[in-house]
Amino acid sequence: MKKHPLDDYLRVARMPHIWCPGCGLGLVVNCFLRGLLRSQLNLDKVVIVSGIGCTGRAAGYINLDSFHTTHGRAVPFATGLKVANPELEVVVISGDGDLVAIGGNHLIHAARRNTDLTVLCVNNFVYGMTGGQMGPTTPLTARTTTSRGGSVDRPFNIPHLAAASGAAYVARWTTAHVRRLEKAVTEALLKKGFSLVEIVSPCPTYYGRMNKQVTGLDQMKYFRDNSVIKSGIDPKGVGIEVNGPIVVGKFIDRG
Amino acid sequence: MKTETKEVIIIPERCKECGFCIEFCPKHLILASAEINSKGYHPVYISDISQCTRCDICGMICPDFAISVVSKKEPSRV
Amino acid sequence: MPEREYLAGEFFLSGDDACAEGAISAGCRFFAGYPITPATEIAERMSERLPEVGGNYIQMEDELGSMAAVLGASWAGTKAMTATSGPGFSLMMENIGLGIMTETPCVVVNIQRGGPSTGLPTLTGQGDMMQARWGSHGPYSIIALSPSSPQELYDLTIRAFNLSEKYRLPVLVMSEAATGHMYEKVVIPPSGEIELLARRKPTVPPEAYLPFAPDTDLVPPMANAGEGYRLHVTGLTHDERGYPAMTVEAQDRLVRRLVDKIERNKADIIALEEDGTGDAEVVICSYGVSARVSQIAVERARGEGIRVGLLRLITVWPFPDDRVRELARQVKAFVVPEINYGQIALEVERCACGLAKVVLVPHMGGRVHAPELILEAVRQAAR
Repeated sequence: MKKHPLDDYLRVARMPHIWCPGCGLGLVVNCFLRGLLRSQLNLDKVVIVSGIGCTGRAAGYINLDSFHTTHGRAVPFATGLKVANPELEVVVISGDGDLVAIGGNHLIHAARRNTDLTVLCVNNFVYGMTGGQMGPTTPLTARTTTSRGGSVDRPFNIPHLAAASGAAYVARWTTAHVRRLEKAVTEALLKKGFSLVEIVSPCPTYYGRMNKQVTGLDQMKYFRDNSVIKSGIDPKGVGIEVNGPIVVGKFIDRG
Repeated sequence: MKTETKEVIIIPERCKECGFCIEFCPKHLILASAEINSKGYHPVYISDISQCTRCDICGMICPDFAISVVSKKEPSRV
Repeated sequence: MPEREYLAGEFFLSGDDACAEGAISAGCRFFAGYPITPATEIAERMSERLPEVGGNYIQMEDELGSMAAVLGASWAGTKAMTATSGPGFSLMMENIGLGIMTETPCVVVNIQRGGPSTGLPTLTGQGDMMQARWGSHGPYSIIALSPSSPQELYDLTIRAFNLSEKYRLPVLVMSEAATGHMYEKVVIPPSGEIELLARRKPTVPPEAYLPFAPDTDLVPPMANAGEGYRLHVTGLTHDERGYPAMTVEAQDRLVRRLVDKIERNKADIIALEEDGTGDAEVVICSYGVSARVSQIAVERARGEGIRVGLLRLITVWPFPDDRVRELARQVKAFVVPEINYGQIALEVERCACGLAKVVLVPHMGGRVHAPELILEAVRQAAR
């Protein structure tokens, strides 16, 4: 079989991965690895920490020191790694539910401390692994398996939350912005301090199917056609609404 | 020219027919083939390689590491 | 505090402070903590002392974060610890389980207080003993030591680190407010004289290394993050490569090993102290501060001609089944004073198998037993 240029950085023995056709997670790992290679970091010192959920499985597919921890606790685990050995480049790759719901307290405190971590928060608007329940970022009125009549809870605006907590670097891209996402990964990795990149990603099996975007490609097209790049603006105003625009860009790069 | 030094590889077994590369290839050169891989998906193929600029958007956007632009000599470095 | 590498000599220390010094003597160089009475003094002392020895203290946002950070630090190659009390101990259970499943050396100190719930924050309790054994979910084994004095809080914290490194798991130090807040003489030997163990390192190159393939003592050599081994560590049931393997066979092989590596090494792990059990007709079986109070009852009962002995559990988990079974064939009764409503007494009963009575001397918490209570139970038991 021909060799994919990223195979050396993947645990090919464990492929194909479990993510559904049209899910953006494989693409996130793809962009992450390309951004990581561009950063020229010593791969022996790069450590991946994931929590629980679809995105949580990312650690298991990346051929680096990788830890698949408990739900919501990837960030404090990563903090322990980084503080104990500052030489390590610690990257947390986890989902919206893991990082912002059960892990929310740890996220805002790591941002408050400006701990030198890189967090990739893949936001597919639902808890995918457990079957598409609403989560902390499910847009108002969006349907999920636990908000069949439409969600009545206001979601978090992740970039705003991270910026307000003190993060040094905050960006948001969607999985349709592969070049910019790759560049953001490199920037976040090389940035000293708490860097967070929110990656809006399709979940065809649940979120898309229940919100009139039946395939992953439908969501990708939506991202492509409805994203608005506004780097540098105050992330306060970048909340996501059903059928609304998705504001993307690098919002914070300070300290 | 990139087109001499680079080529596009496809690993049919990995393709899950998500359609991303088909949609996002700027030249729309990628199509789903008639074959079926062991998982029952139609792997993609490139209709006219001569038009391909080796931009590698297909390689970046593929969630399954099934397609990528590679250097002709040793394929390991993107 | 002046710049000091290691203390050595005789000191007048609280149990909490002695525990912190024990950790430093053991080579602990990372503490993630969250304030909670009556364990806060350990965090306070570690926050001052760790920078003096090139270590790191971090105050986390809660005990969930503390326990996760300790695991992360351990995988960075550092001896790591946290200290808490009942409420925090409850919050740490899931990640203690992660530490068990991923075989991560670390130490968790629990200075118990009155419970349940907020209970008696400043007062003594021993009600977390079963939680120490079974608090996290799923089948597993764990090691828990129970000091009876500030000196032992110093000594057993060192032993806890050694056991955690040797057997690769979280090791618990189960003390109480009385012992933690008690001031007594603590002798700290020169650092060179303390036997310290460290995790066994792999002897093969990364490509040949199986992170979870055990040696003969059922414990796998441990590589750390950042050493080029490209480890994968997961809380999922995993195979010897560390890759997820959610099959019945992988579960059986892994979980059996995680339990057996403790249960089959009991001889090395278990530490007991016995006083006059040789010809005893009644044996007081206790631990921590309650074992200390029992000594008064022992002396008085002997004064009254009762052949009574004291079996002090320095390691509470794994429980010394064999010794208790042996004594059960010899004595009329065990008397089990503990500051709860019957926890370790259940273990004594389990091992006595009806061969000897087991008399619980309960105490709901807030103070140590009055010796007379224990003495009266011994008198009854001796009849």
